[in-house]
Amino acid sequence: MSIVGTRVVRVEDGTLITAGGTYVEDLREEALAGAAHAVFVRSPLAHARITGIDTSAALAAPGVLAVFTASDVDLPAQPAGPVPQPWLADGVVRYVGEPVALVLTERRYQLADAAELVDVDYDPLPAVASIEAALAGETVVHAELDGNVAQANGLAPDGFDDNAFDGCEVVVEQTIVNQRVAPAPLEARGSACAWTAEGRLTCWLSTQNPQIARMSVAAALGIGEDEVRIVAPDVGGGFGAKIGADPEAVLLAWASRAAGRPVRWAETRSENLTAMTHGRAQRNTVTIGGRRDGTVEVVRLDVVQDAGAYPRALFLPTLTELMAPGVYRFPRVETGSRGVVTTTTPVAAYRGAGRPEATAAIERGMDLFAAEIGMDPAEVRRVNFIRPDQFPYRTPTGATYDSGEYAAALDKVLAAAGYDELRAEQAARRSAGEVIALGLGIAAYVEITGGDAGGESGRIDIHRDGSVTAYTGSSPHGQGLATSLAMLLSDQLGVPMDRITVRHGDTDEVPRGIGTFGSRSLQLGGSAVRQAADEVLARAAGLAAELVEAAPDDIELDRENGQWRVRGAPAGPAITWARLAEHAGDDALSAGVWFSEGTPTFPFGAHLAVVEVDTQTGKVELRRLVALDDAGPVVNPLAFEGQRHGGLGQGSAQALLEVMSYDEDGNPTTATLADYSFISATELPDFELVDMETPTTRNPLGVKGIGEAATIGSTPAVHNAVVDALSHLGVRHLDMPTTPLRVWQALARARKES
Amino acid sequence: MKVTIEVNGSEVSDEVEDRTLLVHFIRDNAGLTATNVGCDTTSCGACTVLLDGESVKSCTILAAQADGHAVTTLEGLSGEGELHPVQRAFRDQHGLQCGFCTPGMIMASVSLLAHNPKPTREEVRHGLEGNLCRCTGYHNIVNAVVDASGQEVGR
Repeated sequence: MSIVGTRVVRVEDGTLITAGGTYVEDLREEALAGAAHAVFVRSPLAHARITGIDTSAALAAPGVLAVFTASDVDLPAQPAGPVPQPWLADGVVRYVGEPVALVLTERRYQLADAAELVDVDYDPLPAVASIEAALAGETVVHAELDGNVAQANGLAPDGFDDNAFDGCEVVVEQTIVNQRVAPAPLEARGSACAWTAEGRLTCWLSTQNPQIARMSVAAALGIGEDEVRIVAPDVGGGFGAKIGADPEAVLLAWASRAAGRPVRWAETRSENLTAMTHGRAQRNTVTIGGRRDGTVEVVRLDVVQDAGAYPRALFLPTLTELMAPGVYRFPRVETGSRGVVTTTTPVAAYRGAGRPEATAAIERGMDLFAAEIGMDPAEVRRVNFIRPDQFPYRTPTGATYDSGEYAAALDKVLAAAGYDELRAEQAARRSAGEVIALGLGIAAYVEITGGDAGGESGRIDIHRDGSVTAYTGSSPHGQGLATSLAMLLSDQLGVPMDRITVRHGDTDEVPRGIGTFGSRSLQLGGSAVRQAADEVLARAAGLAAELVEAAPDDIELDRENGQWRVRGAPAGPAITWARLAEHAGDDALSAGVWFSEGTPTFPFGAHLAVVEVDTQTGKVELRRLVALDDAGPVVNPLAFEGQRHGGLGQGSAQALLEVMSYDEDGNPTTATLADYSFISATELPDFELVDMETPTTRNPLGVKGIGEAATIGSTPAVHNAVVDALSHLGVRHLDMPTTPLRVWQALARARKES
Repeated sequence: MKVTIEVNGSEVSDEVEDRTLLVHFIRDNAGLTATNVGCDTTSCGACTVLLDGESVKSCTILAAQADGHAVTTLEGLSGEGELHPVQRAFRDQHGLQCGFCTPGMIMASVSLLAHNPKPTREEVRHGLEGNLCRCTGYHNIVNAVVDASGQEVGR
């Protein structure tokens, strides 16, 4: 029986549960002996001119080795975005948390003292702390931009067809704030750098993409990529915010060279909440026009992305536009987006990265449309779903969905949840006038994975003792990919799991790779390893044929026992992998490939959330979350479910609690974990998972990505459930997070209006 | 000042700055790095250890306060070659992903079970409220603690 598809406990866990992982801060490498410690002095103001920096007191403090400011840094401009961020603030600061100076000390406990002594004079400038303030344009954040719009794409804002909704029986429109949230991986950022006497750099970096990080570090420092080794040790979560090398990591490598000694940096949590990139931060206006029978005819999505002070990820609003039609066969969809700059922390990828925002807009919109025509939200979706016989389906925004069973997914979820009974209970509670209102929220979603089309590397070596080492350019950090790849290889080669080692994360070992983001690792990294093993198998068949003096076509691999035999001769000679490797000689049973799918895959699903809302206090309790996430065939259900659970947790967190907020002056008001509402175990229910597997034809494994899917579905499901709970009281919409205050205010407004 | 703490059964004695946090004593002086620092406001629980058998957040205690006391960290939980029931259950139930919260989560769970050997799922959630995890949505962590308590895990 194949191991693939069975619940295999992770090979990663043995060390993690007994000795703990080895994260950057845990490294005790010889090369880092005597490392200096680093701290960034960061701007306390959202927008200000720097009129002077006095480093003399800091330099005189105990243990201080160096204090660097903008004028010391001789690196070329950062490559990202239309207005690159200076490595250290140069004349003007544009967000609270922007790095202004870098201090190196002998010991860790000297850092905070020294940083305090760096005396920076600021002349405050007006903050631009919201999308509204950015669009108003009274203060321009970057003189080199025309206003505060860094990118306009599609039809926004003036290209929309004024007559698009003419002839529609019903038109609903809603502006939906997809609030800014903090990725907050439990390990904050960190890196450690050491140069050899010959001028070769090693950076241990908490990153999702060592090879990409190597490219950025080498380019910035002006040295060859082979002069840089990046090692991702154990990484304590990334969620998109640890893609590549952040400016701090590059600066640290530069500072290590300048100071002539190894340097290590560990970000504090409060620093992390303001200085690591944030996610989401969009304001989306969705307009839906259609008929009273539920048929949607036209959809418009107008996206405004708050890119923060220095735009780094303007692909986000473009992805939101691409995914605007969701799971529906809308005949006409028009979209546009703007990316605006504000005096806030830069925004980049966060679990879902552009797709959750699209799904939130259309799924909230479909509920509004359903409410307007008095139809059940499930029924409205059924009327408009893309049908199974329409795949591959090209959307009006230019995506080509590979495969999907959208109606079946929703029906399975509703059946599992007991939707009709829940609606009956809701009606009964309402007619009894109960204070605790029941709300049901549906979201149907489609997601895009491996959308970067960058491919991935895979290599396998079969050693003379019959053991196998696999190398992947993916860089897992909690997903369990090492276990999943070992399972695939065990199945393919007939080698037991404990004879297979999966290596990743060190650019000296795996020079080529893209890494882990966009839910790409299994579909691209897994397919690459599969293809490499296929090459070895083909060669092995020939070699085994030589040994038993048979034709290669007559040889087969007995996967149960990991032996090559003549087909149909179970008692005949058997060649083990070890024997074959011995016979083949060095490198004969090794293969490295670059797998590129060329086109992304489109996982999908449906979620149902059940909430109870106390209509007196506004308190929301998430009671149930029933989720179907279809990403094709499942390699390891344990890891697959784990990815879904995590996504459900983070999606619910955005709907219920989490928001990274700023006051009018651009001061972050949620800059510690005491203020930021990081979701805890008490605020989540047990999750109810429903299974379905619809394969793709776009890779040899038939798999799609699962890393982000459940985040995308759960956020609007929970959000819709809260609105649904209040709908009989006149609430049509409220923005996330649906905190008690927000709910209470929405109810108070509705009462006043009625 | 000089601080002496029994860490996982062995006495560790060192001269430290007065303001040294227990977590840094454990990591830097005792050289045990399983215990992680995840925040600076006593919110996340990644640094949870047992102090004289009770769970504490070691980022909130000075090493000096633990002087003369006994600390147990993840590394001291099991003997050679065998797993503590909580460790086994975290692995079997896939109660960890990136592993960063895991040492603190396991130590908090050990403490929870010492006080409440057969907790309900709800009690587990409340017992672990002070330990944050970004990866698992807590579902399998609850499963792991229920499993470790010897109760049936209804998924």
